Amino acid sequence: MPATKQAKDTEMATATLPVTELPKLSNDEISRYSRHLILPEVGMEGQQKLKAAKVLCVGTGGLGAPLALYLAGVGTIGLVDFDTVDASNLQRQIIHSTATVGKLKVDSAEIMLKGLNPYLNVVKHNVMLTSANALEIFKDYDVIADGTDNFQTRYLVNDACVLLDKPNAYGSIFRFEGQASVFATKEGPCYRCLYPEPPPPGLVPSCAEGGVLGILPGLVGVIQATEVIKLILGIGDTLVGRLLLVDALSMQFRTLKLRKNPDCPACGTHPTVTALIDYDQFCGIEKPASVGPLEVARDKAVGDAAVVDGVRQISVEELKRRLDAKENFFILDVREPHEYPIANLGAPLIPVGELEKRIGELAAEKDRDIVIHCRSGARSQKAALILKNAGFTHVENLAGGILAWADKIDPTMPKY
Amino acid sequence: MNIHIPTPLRAFTGGQQTVSVPGATVGDALEQLTGAYPELRQHLFMADGKLRSFVNVYLNDDDIRYLPQKEATPAEESDELTIIPSIAGGCCCL
Repeated sequence: MPATKQAKDTEMATATLPVTELPKLSNDEISRYSRHLILPEVGMEGQQKLKAAKVLCVGTGGLGAPLALYLAGVGTIGLVDFDTVDASNLQRQIIHSTATVGKLKVDSAEIMLKGLNPYLNVVKHNVMLTSANALEIFKDYDVIADGTDNFQTRYLVNDACVLLDKPNAYGSIFRFEGQASVFATKEGPCYRCLYPEPPPPGLVPSCAEGGVLGILPGLVGVIQATEVIKLILGIGDTLVGRLLLVDALSMQFRTLKLRKNPDCPACGTHPTVTALIDYDQFCGIEKPASVGPLEVARDKAVGDAAVVDGVRQISVEELKRRLDAKENFFILDVREPHEYPIANLGAPLIPVGELEKRIGELAAEKDRDIVIHCRSGARSQKAALILKNAGFTHVENLAGGILAWADKIDPTMPKY
Repeated sequence: MNIHIPTPLRAFTGGQQTVSVPGATVGDALEQLTGAYPELRQHLFMADGKLRSFVNVYLNDDDIRYLPQKEATPAEESDELTIIPSIAGGCCCL
């Protein structure tokens, strides 16, 4: 089709629109989006709406990766992430690649997105999303897509969306199971209607502890992207008022009804959340450290001589020294049996979840020096507290766990 | 009736995805469930016996919090209960 004729058709199509003037598509864009343009439900006007739209992806990890890639026909995509690409991300975070390991995730994601679609406007927010910056970042976007990995940010994203009246395309995953919905629309419920309060820390295992099937974030992230597109185009039935449950093992999809809670503290008829709050406090966790890797902050893996909740933290260097000196002490591994063959220090294994039941097995060690380790130092801290409460007198936690051992003592040991 | 156990809680049901229990009401069925798997109790209920606020229980497609009789809602053998806990995963960057 000659360019002049096409331009005329475009003018005719948009001339009747009551909305503000939509951006025109270039001929290259028309070729690129031709499979959309011939869909009557999208068409020229729909594709122009997509071009005009601004979507913010909170997180460019497992969910954010497929989400952002499939949104690469939307005019503006914002990316919020403060992390860098790690080799262990690549099994599922397909927006990153082996060549970008070590780069900032927002930079890595931009490379892939621009490679896919040079017309895309990518806005990078290389920050940790906080109560101080969320409203300022969100205000310029039409739809927010929540692909984060922790409860604090989930509640922060929800409340910011409710306050700014922006829809939240929500997705969440754990092991083989996923959830998706659209929260914080005027008529529909918000995340707090479903989950008024977060679980206390430690009761629900994190993905790092629980693992996740690589394809699952792909499946759920693409569902989020689908909802984003439908919200922008105004077509179909979105997941507003419904919760989609995905079970990848049984390959079952179910939707459950969600109600808008009139007493919801965020979106109810008499809201008490009228500004962003301290979400670390709300979720009962300590503030992340301003320096050092997140896992250090989260797992309280600190240097020698530090004591956390009455449990002395020892470094991998000190453990090495004591092993070399053949000191008389006992090492206990509290990870899961399937983690043991990946890497181990040769210590006997009792998973932290079984420790209370099996504490009798450690009766002979009760007054010995015991060093407990896990993968990163979090579960072993829990285990140390269990033993301490059971009357064990000399319990220490290996800060940084087997990951720190691999980093600092034995570089031949694999990290997972 | 059948109770669907979500992945995070299957560690406490010996890996079972579905547990079949007797019970005339939703509350009875949950009582039977936590009787059979005592470790589940602290994950579903607070010390005072109330359902935790981050755990949702659905009778078929309905959240029991919005049913008039809540946990006392009568349930038939053919009904299905689904437990839906909060999950936060998405990046798994650690």
